Amino acid sequence: MDHLHELARQQWLIPAIPLAAAAIQSLLPRSAKKLSAGLCLMAMGISCLFALRAFFATLGHAEVVRAVWNFTWFDYGTVSFKLGFILDPLTAAMAAMVTFVGFWIFVNATGYMHDDENFTRFFCFLSLFAAAMLGLVVSNNILLLFMCWELVGLCSYLLIGFWFHKPSAAAACKKAFITTRIGDVGFFLGILMLFWKTGTLNLYTAEGTGALQRVGELLGPGWFGWSVATTIAVLLFIGAMGKSAQFPLHVWLPDAMEGPTPVSALIHAATMVAAGVFMVGRMFPLFIAGGSLEHPTFAMDMVLYVGAFTALFSATIAVAQFDIKRVLAYSTCSQLGFMVMALGAGGLVPGQFHLLTHAFFKALLFLGSGCVIIGTHHEQDMRKMGGLRKYMPITFVCYLIGMLALAGVPPFAGFFSKDEVLLVTFQRSKLAWGMATFAAFLTAFYMTRQMFMVFAGKWRGGDHGAAHGHGGHEPHEVPWNMWLPIVVLSLFAIGLGFFGGKYAHYLGAEEEELSGKALVMGLSVTVGTLGILLGWFLYGRKPLAHASDPDPLESKLGGLFTCLNRKWYVDEFYEATIIRATMVGGTLFRVIDKRLVDGILHSIVWIVRGISQVCRWVGDEFFINGGFDAGCQTVRGSGWLMSKLQSGRVQNYFRILGLGTIILLVVYFLKS
Amino acid sequence: MNIPLGHYLILAAILFAIGLAGALTRKNAIIVLMGIEVMFNSAILNLVAFWHYKHFAVPTAQLFAIFAIAIAAAESAVGLALVIAVYRHYKSVDVDEMKELKG
Repeated sequence: MDHLHELARQQWLIPAIPLAAAAIQSLLPRSAKKLSAGLCLMAMGISCLFALRAFFATLGHAEVVRAVWNFTWFDYGTVSFKLGFILDPLTAAMAAMVTFVGFWIFVNATGYMHDDENFTRFFCFLSLFAAAMLGLVVSNNILLLFMCWELVGLCSYLLIGFWFHKPSAAAACKKAFITTRIGDVGFFLGILMLFWKTGTLNLYTAEGTGALQRVGELLGPGWFGWSVATTIAVLLFIGAMGKSAQFPLHVWLPDAMEGPTPVSALIHAATMVAAGVFMVGRMFPLFIAGGSLEHPTFAMDMVLYVGAFTALFSATIAVAQFDIKRVLAYSTCSQLGFMVMALGAGGLVPGQFHLLTHAFFKALLFLGSGCVIIGTHHEQDMRKMGGLRKYMPITFVCYLIGMLALAGVPPFAGFFSKDEVLLVTFQRSKLAWGMATFAAFLTAFYMTRQMFMVFAGKWRGGDHGAAHGHGGHEPHEVPWNMWLPIVVLSLFAIGLGFFGGKYAHYLGAEEEELSGKALVMGLSVTVGTLGILLGWFLYGRKPLAHASDPDPLESKLGGLFTCLNRKWYVDEFYEATIIRATMVGGTLFRVIDKRLVDGILHSIVWIVRGISQVCRWVGDEFFINGGFDAGCQTVRGSGWLMSKLQSGRVQNYFRILGLGTIILLVVYFLKS
Repeated sequence: MNIPLGHYLILAAILFAIGLAGALTRKNAIIVLMGIEVMFNSAILNLVAFWHYKHFAVPTAQLFAIFAIAIAAAESAVGLALVIAVYRHYKSVDVDEMKELKG
């Protein structure tokens, strides 16, 4: 245990190394591309070693290990505010995943961003992101977690808007930042309430005085007839909904695809969006406090149904998208819904396990789509792809593995984790389970659709390219630094699923016999197969011949397809309600300001002017002005010189101010 | 590890000088604003350093510093809003171009 305690003391090194790299990188000149990328990779590599060391140290214990190291941040009067770092299975596994997946994504990014002139800045942001994300994972304090949470939000903003000269990217980064901020209001209220009720923000302490070790005290009445713990949990979950893109705050994630593809892979698929799920997992004692499997708390119900609805809702949208990255983005929303749903059903282990496997295969798919985009010379429309199997064999094989893992085909990783998610949900709610199973069917279908559109048939990019004059460049395979990461990740997408049982034991779950195992697993395999078959039936038998051909599904579904393609009009709905209401409010206040406030002011002005006009006529002009004018002339003559000093340049005034200060100081010191 | 008070004061003086130089010499209004912020922070650093060494028992100065930081945040928000308004008017944030108040 001493060894673990020592490791917990060193947990801060994991985020600190990338942070130091980011600090150095921010000072590098633009031309130092190799140095910047090298620093970033090296920092991530070292961090990964530390994370793996901590991870292996937590393995092989009979019971769940938890070592914490708290230190005083500041004293205020008699209150001393502590922060801390933690080493427990949840953190160790997550930190190992983030550093490992992150490292390979960085390798891929060196290829993807190769020709970008702001390469150095890009890698600086990546390092900063890694530091913030790892800080979030290792922190033992909800406020420290929140700070890192905001920092990853900032990095996400910077990286989505990396190509800020594109108006769509500039709009997307603002949308992501503001939407997640709405959730963060809830999160922050939750933190305040936790501090108010417990007087500490440290989650665990060695003495058992941490906030999560005392949830038993939080069962008194809170808001809306919930217990305090449930109220806090609901508020925290609102934050998680923003970050993990759960309905109705999911709208930012698909737009976030405006960023470079490695960013989509790292932030908007593997790590940052999973932060919400991780946070719910971290605060899990609050969510379940006061409830049981038969009578779950409101927080658990909310988590369950928000997750289930998002899983189904996003999967339907993914079916009708044409942009290769948008399909994956909605798929990410949907998979996050699965994880959240599992947590809501009380399954901490399946939720976190799905998070880990999903991180590997979704990063793989995103990096694969990045390879496709580079290989096809920056084409993202799947209708203008096709036949890439021939041109990009390595990418094809890896992508296929990722697709099978996501579709839940045994024995790939996604099958095991999704199966556990469905099984645990089946115990709690048949409705949520049904929704999720249907979502799993759609997942298999849209991934098959994507595979056939991108890799099967013949190359359709020529149709479009010729019209625009830059010729039908043939697609090509990507360089080694782009395909190597996806090969590595695909090994994990194949093998990781087999560790599900070990992971459950590692997180301290008790062995229990769950009912309906055969039914759930059988049905999940069946719907997966059906989805793939349907995808083959519609897209595989007769691949699209030309980029302008209608989508086969479109002719079957008609209006519904358009509705799905337009994402159920959620953006339009927000536009028409919240944004419109804000605009109307703004206009209203402007009108009040212009008409009412200004009107009153103007009438006062007119009255005063009228009075003064009368005064002028009565005597001013004749008696006073004559004598005064002569006097004024003299004053103006002398004032002219002084007015030259008034250059209107603020900095000049400031300089004189500074000079005056220095003179005063000199005088002061000479006299004393 | 005991850092003497003088070190803090020297750091604050350096920060103040950097901020002053930035505010006086840069043309970009945002950087001028940043310079002012740096000066602000050097003053707060001074305050906290003196508190820590001279009046550690009473948290008044700490409260004062937090208050000053909050005010500084509000002030920079107003400052940035002004910069945006100026930019809309002049299509530039060059402080040398804002000289309509000259005599």
